[in-house]
Amino acid sequence: MINYEIVIIGGGPAGLAAALSARKAGVENILILERDAELGGILNQCIHNGFGLHTFKEELTGPEYAWRFIERVQKENIAYRLNTMVLNISKDRIVTAMNRDEGIIQIQAGAVILAMGCRERPRGALNIPGFRPAGIFSAGTAQRLVNIEGYMPGKEVVILGSGDIGLIMARRMTLEGADVKVVAELMPYSGGLKRNIVQCLDDFNIPLKLSHTVVDIEGKDRVTAVTIAEVDENRKPVPGTEERYTCDTLLLSCGLIPENELSVNAGIELSRITNGPVVTDRLETNIPGIFACGNVLHVHDLVDFVSEEAAKAGRSAAEFVQNSTAEKQSSEPVVLKAESGVRYTVPFTVDPGTMEDLLKVCFRVGAVFRDAYVSVYFNDERVMHMKKRILSPGEMEQVILQKKKLLEYDDLKTVTIRIEAE
Amino acid sequence: MFDVIIIGAGVTGCAAARELSRYQAEICVIDKCEDVGEGTSKANSAVIHAGFDAPAGSLMAEMNVRGNELMGPLCEELDVPFKRNGALVVCVRKDALDGLQELYDRGIANGVKGMKILNRSEALQMEPNLSESVQGALYAPSSGIICPFILTEALAENACANGVEFRLGTKAENVFRDEQGIWHIGTDKGELLSRAVVNAAGVYADVIHNMVSENKIHITPRRGEYLLLDKDAGTHVSHTIFPQPTKLGKGVLVTPTIHGNLIVGPTAQDIEDREGINTSSEGLQTITVKANEQVRNLPLRKVITSFAGLRAHEDHHEFIIGEVKDAPYFFDCAGIESPGLASSPAIGEKISLLIKEKLSLQEKKDWNPRRKGITDPRKLTMEKRNELIRKEPAYGNIICRCESVSEGEILDAIRRTPGARTLDGVKRRVRAGMGRCQAGFCSPKVMEILHRELDIPYEEITKGGKDGVIVFGRTKNVQGGEA
Amino acid sequence: MERKELTCIGCPMGCSITVELEGDEILSVSGNTCAVGDKYARTEVLHPERTVTSTVTVTGGEKQRVSVKTAGNIPKDRIEACMEAINNVSVSAPVKIGDIIIENVAGTGVSVVATKNIS
Repeated sequence: MINYEIVIIGGGPAGLAAALSARKAGVENILILERDAELGGILNQCIHNGFGLHTFKEELTGPEYAWRFIERVQKENIAYRLNTMVLNISKDRIVTAMNRDEGIIQIQAGAVILAMGCRERPRGALNIPGFRPAGIFSAGTAQRLVNIEGYMPGKEVVILGSGDIGLIMARRMTLEGADVKVVAELMPYSGGLKRNIVQCLDDFNIPLKLSHTVVDIEGKDRVTAVTIAEVDENRKPVPGTEERYTCDTLLLSCGLIPENELSVNAGIELSRITNGPVVTDRLETNIPGIFACGNVLHVHDLVDFVSEEAAKAGRSAAEFVQNSTAEKQSSEPVVLKAESGVRYTVPFTVDPGTMEDLLKVCFRVGAVFRDAYVSVYFNDERVMHMKKRILSPGEMEQVILQKKKLLEYDDLKTVTIRIEAE
Repeated sequence: MFDVIIIGAGVTGCAAARELSRYQAEICVIDKCEDVGEGTSKANSAVIHAGFDAPAGSLMAEMNVRGNELMGPLCEELDVPFKRNGALVVCVRKDALDGLQELYDRGIANGVKGMKILNRSEALQMEPNLSESVQGALYAPSSGIICPFILTEALAENACANGVEFRLGTKAENVFRDEQGIWHIGTDKGELLSRAVVNAAGVYADVIHNMVSENKIHITPRRGEYLLLDKDAGTHVSHTIFPQPTKLGKGVLVTPTIHGNLIVGPTAQDIEDREGINTSSEGLQTITVKANEQVRNLPLRKVITSFAGLRAHEDHHEFIIGEVKDAPYFFDCAGIESPGLASSPAIGEKISLLIKEKLSLQEKKDWNPRRKGITDPRKLTMEKRNELIRKEPAYGNIICRCESVSEGEILDAIRRTPGARTLDGVKRRVRAGMGRCQAGFCSPKVMEILHRELDIPYEEITKGGKDGVIVFGRTKNVQGGEA
Repeated sequence: MERKELTCIGCPMGCSITVELEGDEILSVSGNTCAVGDKYARTEVLHPERTVTSTVTVTGGEKQRVSVKTAGNIPKDRIEACMEAINNVSVSAPVKIGDIIIENVAGTGVSVVATKNIS
């Protein structure tokens, strides 16, 4: 058995930032396990720019952003193993992994940081009727083929889903010579950034059809046509609104799901809303010594926030192995509740005794709100009330809780975040 | 010239080929598709029915019960995963309880062993997720679940190992017998000659039959749509759960698969298009409604994919197996719809005996009934697995994350005969791409392996069908070289 | 007088902004709800610029493509010419982040640089 103080599962932006912050907190013995042939994770195929405005105050492409972290990990001599697949994590933090050179290895970790990222929702989960020919790709698979491998997955393209990856791929495919005919979006709003709608679609005159979905896929060997239709308020197709597009490719950009197979095996409790682990303010799961950060915890829209969150997981894991938190824990943590328009919060609980001075609570809303208020309640008392011109499901929101305020409040049981009209 | 040409490399054709490979004969299997088992064999319930359903005295009943019996030893010989998980036919209406007795009696007449009629509480005890309204059930312990892909591949591989030739991607276009009594099969790859022909062409079996016989038969493609659920949902039921049968078939069943998923389906819709394996929103909707009649709380949000298959429904709902009266040395295996998968070993046995007699074939001395399956490293101990990786490091390289499939298994699948040549071929053999991400992550990697192993350019690698290319060539006007 | 309609990219509001202009002279900006929108609209109408990102063929490297970007914004109407240049160039490994792949691409005065290391 090999021993490490901290083992990090995943060498993408979350894993890299977690490793660096754990090192900064004084942990020597850190190991990153990465299943791909290089560090950097999904950023390697996100060759568009727009990363790092918060972290580095400049706009970087995905590979450049990743490199800033990889370079530091290498300089700090933090150990990592590539092409290494983690097969299992046990409750007592034994990590079983495998690669070509070493076979199956078992590592006893003082603490484990989950940083496995997320995957795309496949067609099957969308229940799109029709044939099942070649030419149906998730947007990320197409992105990998075009950007890393240098192959064209299609010439005439229809895209379902207007999340950022779908929008970015509309531009990439167009620039590489494909004809992107339409982007259909099931919801009455796009989950993508306005900037991407303008610069990836409008710039190339690609129509965006909101409240539309794919109702048929034709083609026995390869896609030959896709039919889209308008949907009603229950997201059911409206007969008579069908439009048929001849095309050879359908890209799907219909949401991301945190990849938590390993977490489930370890007995980690998952949230039904985020599909990620239920964590405390220190990003610790219900299994002591196992922490989570990045897209495996909840899907982020900006990598800068992933790095920030991961740094915190790194600090918490460091504290855990240095054993400096145990005594300070309160008996009952305060529960964070998401209500009236708020779908979830991360973290799910906060311990005023051990929390950092400021806690960023991330949340997402379930619909578009204009000129509404984000309110925070301590028990039943409203303590914060902030006006927002717009809140949209595509954008992660935050409120900041102060340790001092939480400690001052008598008998604090719950902190609730709500969206209110006034 | 061949002694026997088998048209169709589905489970029936492959079972016939494997049984015929016992004899000294030149045998060839042709199929229009690029892989074995590309038709009905790849899209069905994957259930080995017990045999209480087919009318007593029918060939269908005989083949089903015999096939079910043979399946155990066959799977043992061919290293095919198969499990007798038992079936429950669930009655949800008090006034329909007689129907269970009827099925039971028919099963007894057909020779089905071990059946029992259960009352409500016995049924619920055996399967706690049955519907609240369950009144009783027929239990048939000999019913089983199998991987229909692996069964078909294993039969083909074993046939191949015993000298049978497979010509895939070869479509029979016309068939006739000349004055000397030689059968000519015109294909898109030239003409083949044979002493005898087996028609195992699935939904096209009537087309082939009608080329040689005045006694026309008619087959309707009957489409069945299915939902496949995540392994998370695979233990929702442990038996194969049927409703009481109707005229259109056995109805929508709910069953675990041999690989631990849950499958729900099929619908039954007669269509014209013999390639019409598309799903429909009505069909998918029907499944969800029907399945919930027998089973409660089906976790339908766990669906990872939906698909459709075609059953070769003959007008009289009966198997047609044997020499065609006005076409000597031409043997039909037609109308092989459900329970065709369960019947396949029996059909192979029956057809091979008929042909053996007709052609006076001699047994081979060195016939090898055994085939070794693709090693599943997950089933090895850690020590054994490490030993394997030391010998063949590709087994340490995971390609499909969802199903945890290594490069070693994929290489094995490609290097077999007949081997995987397409993404779907790899998927059906080792499950790479069969999991919850549905090949999003692994397809570029599997393409790379196919490219390297088979020396086919990326732009010629297909998902399955001939024209089902994945990419249309490279980006950029100038190309570099590899390091 | 000419009217141009555009969507502000400043924030998720995505205000629809109308700009009225006479030649190169902006007469009015309306529909925006903040100063960011006003500034965006004025630049976007007269001098729209974009950063282009793509890949370039690599010879003799561990990978066959390296990701690249224009080191700064280029005029929107030069995107096509820029891609033409990018599609017709190849570079030999090793490549380092920041290496200039094409100088003064399509006469814009801006270089195309590598955004990834390829050994």
